[in-house]
Amino acid sequence: MQDYVQNLADNTLILGQRLAEWCGLGPFLEEDLALTNTCLDIIGQAKMLLEFAAELKEGNETADDLAFMRDQHEFKNVILVEQPNGDYSQTMLRQYFMDVYHVHLYQALSTSTNQKLAGIAAKSLKEVVYHLERSELWIKRMALGTDESFQRVQASLDKLWHYHHELFEETESLTELVKQGIAADPNVLKQLWLKDVNALLASTPLEIPQKGWKATGGRKGHHSEYLGLMLCEMQFLQRAYPNSEW
Amino acid sequence: MKLFEVFLRAKSGLSHKHVGSVHATDADMAMQNARDLYTRREEGESIWVVDSTQIVSSNPTNKDAYFAPAEDKIYRHPSFYPFDKEVKNI
Repeated sequence: MQDYVQNLADNTLILGQRLAEWCGLGPFLEEDLALTNTCLDIIGQAKMLLEFAAELKEGNETADDLAFMRDQHEFKNVILVEQPNGDYSQTMLRQYFMDVYHVHLYQALSTSTNQKLAGIAAKSLKEVVYHLERSELWIKRMALGTDESFQRVQASLDKLWHYHHELFEETESLTELVKQGIAADPNVLKQLWLKDVNALLASTPLEIPQKGWKATGGRKGHHSEYLGLMLCEMQFLQRAYPNSEW
Repeated sequence: MKLFEVFLRAKSGLSHKHVGSVHATDADMAMQNARDLYTRREEGESIWVVDSTQIVSSNPTNKDAYFAPAEDKIYRHPSFYPFDKEVKNI
C-alpha cells in the first residue's frame, strides 16, 4: 500500500518539479502563467499524496523528508515524468500522457475503498480534467499547425511513446490492492488511456512509432540519468541547510 | 498572436464585466488563458472572450458630438417625480 501511494506521489512530485523549470521561461506571458497554474495544482497533489505516504510509513518521516531527503533509488516515479522538458511539444506531450492517465486514475480512485485515497482523488480530479483540456488542445494545435510544429511533436511522440507502458505495469502487490478495491486496475486504465490517446492521434497526422522498447524500472527505483541531476537541484537547499525554514 | 477581450461574470444575476485582455492564437486558447489569468482567485463563474477586432468602438475624436449634447438635458433624468411618503428605499 505504501509503495502504491509512493508511486502516485512521486509521479506528481517529479512532474511538478519539471514543470516548475518552465516558470518565467514560458513561450509567452499567458502560457507561462497557465503552465505554472498546472504545475502548482500538481505539486498540491504531490503534497497530499506525500503526506499520506509518510503516514503509511509509520515512522517519523514527514512529507518534506520524503521529498527532500530520499536518494534517487528510493523514488518510485515512472521514468516518463523525469524526462527533460525539451521543447514545448515534448513538455506538452509528456503532460498530455500524464493528464489522460491522471483523469482515469483519479476517476477510478474516487470510489476507492480507502477513504483517504478517495478524498485526494476526488479533489484532484477537477484539476486534471482542466489540465487535460489544455494539453489536448496544445497537441492538436501543434500537430495540425505548421510543418515545423508537426515535425517537432512527431519527434516528441517518437521519443516519449515508449515510456507510457510503465504507467500500467502490474505487480503482485498491486493486483492484491485492486482486489481489495483500494487501487485502480492498471489493465482497465491502460484500455481507457489507449482509447483516448488513439482517438486524439487519429484526428491528427501523427503516427505512433511501430517498433520500440518499453520503459520499465522506475517503480523499483531504477531511473534514467535525468532524475539524479534534477534531485541535486531540487534537494540542494534542504540537504545543505537541513530543517531550514522560510 | 491575436488579442482577445475578457469579460467575467462574478456570480449569477450580475452581468459580465470587462476585466482585461489576453493574447492567444485561437478562441479556445483565449478562453483557457482567460481562465488561467483572471479566475485564479475565484473572481468569476462565467467567462466571455471576444476577438478584439470584432469590437466596434466609438471614436474619441467624436467625443463632443456624441456625448456633450446630453449634458444640459436634465429632463432626461427621472428626477422630477415626487415620491410618495410611504415608499422607502429609493
